[in-house]
Amino acid sequence: MTRFSLGKYLLPTYVFLTFLFLMVPIGYTFVFSFNDSIKSNIIWRGFTLDNWLNVCDQADVCGAFGNSLLVAVTATTVSTVLGTMIAIALVRYRFKFRSATNLLLFLPLATPEVVMGAGLAAQFLDFGWTKGLTTVIIAHVMFTLSFVVVTVKARVATLDPALEEAGRDLYASPMQVFWKITFPLLLPGILSAAMLAFALSFDDFIITQFNSGSVDTFPKFVYTAAARGIPPEANVVGSFVFIVAIAIVIAVQVRSAMKKRKLLSK
Amino acid sequence: MAFVAFGSQAPTKEQGPSKTGRVALFLLLPGLFYLALFFITPLVSLIITSLKAPSATGAIGRYDLGLEFGNYVYAVTQYAPQIFRSFSFAVLATVIALAISYPIAYFIAVKSRNRPLLKGILLTLVVAPFFISFLLRTFAWKQIFSNDSLVVNVLKDIGIFGADSYIIGTNFAVVFGLVYNFIPFMTLPIYANLDRLDLSLVEAGSDLYASPSKTFRKITLPLSLPGVISGTLLTFIPISGDYVVASRDFLGGPDTAMIGNVVEANFLRIQDYPTASAISVMLMATIVVLVSAYVRRSGTDDLL
Repeated sequence: MTRFSLGKYLLPTYVFLTFLFLMVPIGYTFVFSFNDSIKSNIIWRGFTLDNWLNVCDQADVCGAFGNSLLVAVTATTVSTVLGTMIAIALVRYRFKFRSATNLLLFLPLATPEVVMGAGLAAQFLDFGWTKGLTTVIIAHVMFTLSFVVVTVKARVATLDPALEEAGRDLYASPMQVFWKITFPLLLPGILSAAMLAFALSFDDFIITQFNSGSVDTFPKFVYTAAARGIPPEANVVGSFVFIVAIAIVIAVQVRSAMKKRKLLSK
Repeated sequence: MAFVAFGSQAPTKEQGPSKTGRVALFLLLPGLFYLALFFITPLVSLIITSLKAPSATGAIGRYDLGLEFGNYVYAVTQYAPQIFRSFSFAVLATVIALAISYPIAYFIAVKSRNRPLLKGILLTLVVAPFFISFLLRTFAWKQIFSNDSLVVNVLKDIGIFGADSYIIGTNFAVVFGLVYNFIPFMTLPIYANLDRLDLSLVEAGSDLYASPSKTFRKITLPLSLPGVISGTLLTFIPISGDYVVASRDFLGGPDTAMIGNVVEANFLRIQDYPTASAISVMLMATIVVLVSAYVRRSGTDDLL
C-alpha cells in the first residue's frame, strides 16, 4: 500500500502550504503596519511603532474607520431584528406565498454586488435622495438581511416546540413565552448572525461605493488611496480589526469547548 | 456560518400547531417590505434606467424616460471584450479555486474529524482572511508582485523571467487575485457538506475491495456534490461582478477590465447611467438563468 502512505504525507503537506499561501497577504499587511515609511508604504524603511501610536495623525483613516463602525453597528442592529423575525415566522408558522418569500430572501444572496449597488443608486437618483451615511446604512441592511435569516433559521429549526408549549400550559403570556423561553434559546444563533452581518457590513466595498456619495468608509478609503499608495495607518487599522476578530473567534471556540467538556464530565 | 447558505440542509418542516394569521404577518411584513422597497424596486429602477434616453436639454448625467432598446445593443457591441473576459475569468478562477479548496475541505472535515483542536485551528485559519479588508489583502499582493519586488527580481535572476517581464496588470495577476480572494468561499460550503459525510459508507466501499480512489469517485465525491455546487455559486457570482481585483490600482492593467469595471466607470465616473444599467441588467439576467439551471439540474431545492 505505498500509495496510501504517500497520501498520508502528501495531503497534510499540501494543506500546510495552502494555508501558508492564504496567510501571506495578512502577514504582509501586518508587517508593513510597522514600516517607518515617508511618503508611500512600498519599501521597507525600518521598524517603528509610530503608526500604531498615532493612527489618527492620518485623520482620513480614523474618520473612515469611525464611519464604518457607525454603519456596521446600525445596519447590524436593524437587520438582526428584521431577520430574526422572518426566521421565526419561516420555521414556526404556516402562511401563503411561502415559496415567494423564500425566493425573495434567496435572490439577494445570488445577486452580484455591483448589480445591487447600481440598482439602489439608480433608485436613489430617481427618488432624488442625496447619497450619504443614511443611504449606505439602508443598503447594508438590505444585503445583510438574508444572511441573518439563514443563520437564525438554522437555530430556530433545532428548537424543541415542546418547551414553548410547556410555557403556555403554565399560563405564560405569548410575550413571556418569547422573552423567557424562545429568545434565550435563540440567542447563540442571533449573536452569530449579528457577528456575520457586522463583518459583511464592515468589509463591504462595492455596494458602499455606489451609494455613499462623498462619505468615506474604511474600505472605500483604501480603494481611493490605492491610486497614490496606501498609508501605513490603514495597515494598522486592518491589522487591529484582524486581531480583535481572531480574539473573538478563539474566545467563542474555547467557551464552547469548555461547555462540551463540562457536559461530558457530568 | 451563512457562507454555506446555498447548501444548508436544515430541516424546514413546520413545527407545532399550524398557526397562521396576524402573528406571522407581523413577523414577516417589516423585513419583506424592506426587501421589496430596497431590493426589488431598485432592480425595476435599473431596468427603467437602462431604457432611458439622453436628456433633451443635453445636460450631462441627465436622462429622460424612454424605451431605448438600442442602449443594450450599444452596451454589448461596445463592451464585448470586457463581457467575454469577465465570464472567462470567472469560470477559470472558479475551477482553480475548486481544485485548491476541495482537498483542504476534505482534510478539515474527514481527516481532522477526531481532532477537535486541529479542526478548530484550521477552520479559524480558513476564515481568517475575512477578518482583514479584502482591499488590503489584494493591495498586499500588488506590492509583493510589483515590478521591483523581491519575487519578481528573483524570477528574473534565475532566468524564468526576461528583463522586462512583469506580473501586475496581466490576466494572470487578476485571475490569481480572484482565486486567492475566493478560496474561503469555496472551502466552507464543501467543508460543511463533508463534515456530515457518513464515514461508514466509505468503509463499506473499501470492505468491498474498492480502491481508495474508486471509493472517492463513487462515494465521497457524489455525496459532496451539493457542497461543491454551493461553493461554485458562492465563488462564481461575486467574481462575475467584481471590479477591485481587475482595477488598475490593484492587480489589473489597461487590458484586464471586467464587467464590474465597466459598470463602475459608466455609472460613477462618466455618469452614463443607461449603459451601466443595461450591462447590470444583462449580468443579473445571466446569473438568474445560470443559477436556476444549475439548481434545477442538481436538485438543490432547499435554497435557504
